[in-house]
Amino acid sequence: MSILEIDGLTKHFGGLTAVDHVSFEVQEGEILGLIGPNGSGKTTLFNLINSFYTVSSGKIIFNKQDITHLKTNEIAKAGIGRTFQVVKPLKRLSVEDNVMAGAFARENSFSGAREVAHEVLKFCHLDDYSQMKADSLPIGGRKRLEIAKALATRPSLLLLDETAAGLNPTEVVEAIQIMKNIRDELGITIIIVEHIMKVIMTISDRILAIAHGSTIAEGKPEIVAQDPAVIQAYLGSEFNIGDHFNA
Amino acid sequence: MTNNTQNGFFKLTKFEFTAIAIIMISPLLFSWSMYFQGLLIIVMLWIILGLSWNLMAGYTGQVSFGHAAFFGIGAYAAALPYFHWRISPWWGLITGPIVAVAFGYFLGKLVFKLKGPYFALGTLASGEILRIIFGEEELITNGHNGIFYMTTWTSKLPYFYIAAALAIFSILIIRKIIQSKLGFYFLSIREDQDAAEALGIDTVKYKNLSLAISAAMAGVAGAFYMIYMGFIDPEVVFALHNISIITILVGIIGGVGTIWGPAVGAIVMIFIQELFRSSLFGLGPEWLSRLHSLVFGALVVLIILYMAGGIVGDWPIIANKIKSWKNKTEGQS
Repeated sequence: MSILEIDGLTKHFGGLTAVDHVSFEVQEGEILGLIGPNGSGKTTLFNLINSFYTVSSGKIIFNKQDITHLKTNEIAKAGIGRTFQVVKPLKRLSVEDNVMAGAFARENSFSGAREVAHEVLKFCHLDDYSQMKADSLPIGGRKRLEIAKALATRPSLLLLDETAAGLNPTEVVEAIQIMKNIRDELGITIIIVEHIMKVIMTISDRILAIAHGSTIAEGKPEIVAQDPAVIQAYLGSEFNIGDHFNA
Repeated sequence: MTNNTQNGFFKLTKFEFTAIAIIMISPLLFSWSMYFQGLLIIVMLWIILGLSWNLMAGYTGQVSFGHAAFFGIGAYAAALPYFHWRISPWWGLITGPIVAVAFGYFLGKLVFKLKGPYFALGTLASGEILRIIFGEEELITNGHNGIFYMTTWTSKLPYFYIAAALAIFSILIIRKIIQSKLGFYFLSIREDQDAAEALGIDTVKYKNLSLAISAAMAGVAGAFYMIYMGFIDPEVVFALHNISIITILVGIIGGVGTIWGPAVGAIVMIFIQELFRSSLFGLGPEWLSRLHSLVFGALVVLIILYMAGGIVGDWPIIANKIKSWKNKTEGQS
């Protein structure tokens, strides 16, 4: 069953079309990787799904409900959590309080929210940092805090925007494990934007490649990675590996 | 953060119990002086105003420069029914906050579209506009002649205990809010509105809620001011400097975003203000009395430079400094 249906989604910024008639579906329990060169519209797509930007045309259906024109907070309550590429911690609050703020989306009591926060912090390997102020966390912790805050809202779909960028190799392995656990243990569907190929290739069930706001390829990771259109989008049509080795 | 534990509404920590006990006996210590008792009442009033401002600015991040608007509205809500129909101003303690909240709702629709300094200017303008309107509309407000009312008691004590009860009740309410979902949502909005929205927080709704609670408190303070002083005019209750700005100073000096900050700030501010206004209680030269604004200015600069968290917010640092200074002097002797 598809949890999210995007139909002909388009976004204009003045004369620029950042997302151009993109359509795809995400199945429940799936991890969909979203790739594309810088400026291809990946983050814009996220910002359209969770309504930071208003949609120019097209439709977004989540759990059979049309969410195209809902407000950001209503979309979060409907069950779509997201993380930010440029992390947005609640800086002067403790890590625990950050996660509790998210947990209050489904909990009304203080103790209930704290319980959820403790579970989520453990899940994201942040329990040792829970009393630390969010802005004193190292970058790896901040990226995990982004995930923790989103998870605390108890989403059924999670949009992860470059949560592994800027991490060292050990942290990347840890991040991959957390993302796998989110799907396998919590049963949450994931759409992930990522530039690190190791991450995207190991955890995606399916990959959607976009360039200049349009879909250029879709399918199994190993097939998309071989797709000429994808290679061209990343490296340019003039690119010939032979030239670079023989020079 | 102090919100890792949750207290019952009336469950007090040792510190809170002591503070409230001191507040309760303080007017008895000054029973020889109506003047000092009067000052204590004013301190209570400023505690309520400071708490009100702090909820919006310190906890929700919406820095208001126009709290005189709510204060004045509360005061006139108590005064106008008396002026026109001889209805007791005491009803103002109920109608004041209601009218202030209603005004805040419409103000919010306008000023919450603004961000940062523009929001501050928008709120500042609201107070000034009301001051001018209430000064000019003589048929309704009696204009600059103000409204006079024979106060109920000559003794200061009943007023003090009513003001103290309102102040303590306000502190307990703020404490309760901060340790609840509402408080977390206010803080989230202060830290990052986009992140808050993504966490499912309706930022418009919760900013309005914060404004409403804040307006209600300032409205109560305004109504009580009318009841206690027995006289108001637009220049007094809608004053930019004497109300709006001092409210901010109380918040900043005490500690922005702390529960007890406004209480400490109010005590310090009123003490300094009176110290200078009375030329060191009559001991110093007369020209000192004209310096009090200057001293406030200097104080704010010093606080922002060296103690951005205010007295309560930076208390751990201050306590440490005092400790090391004590150790040093003991080492020397």
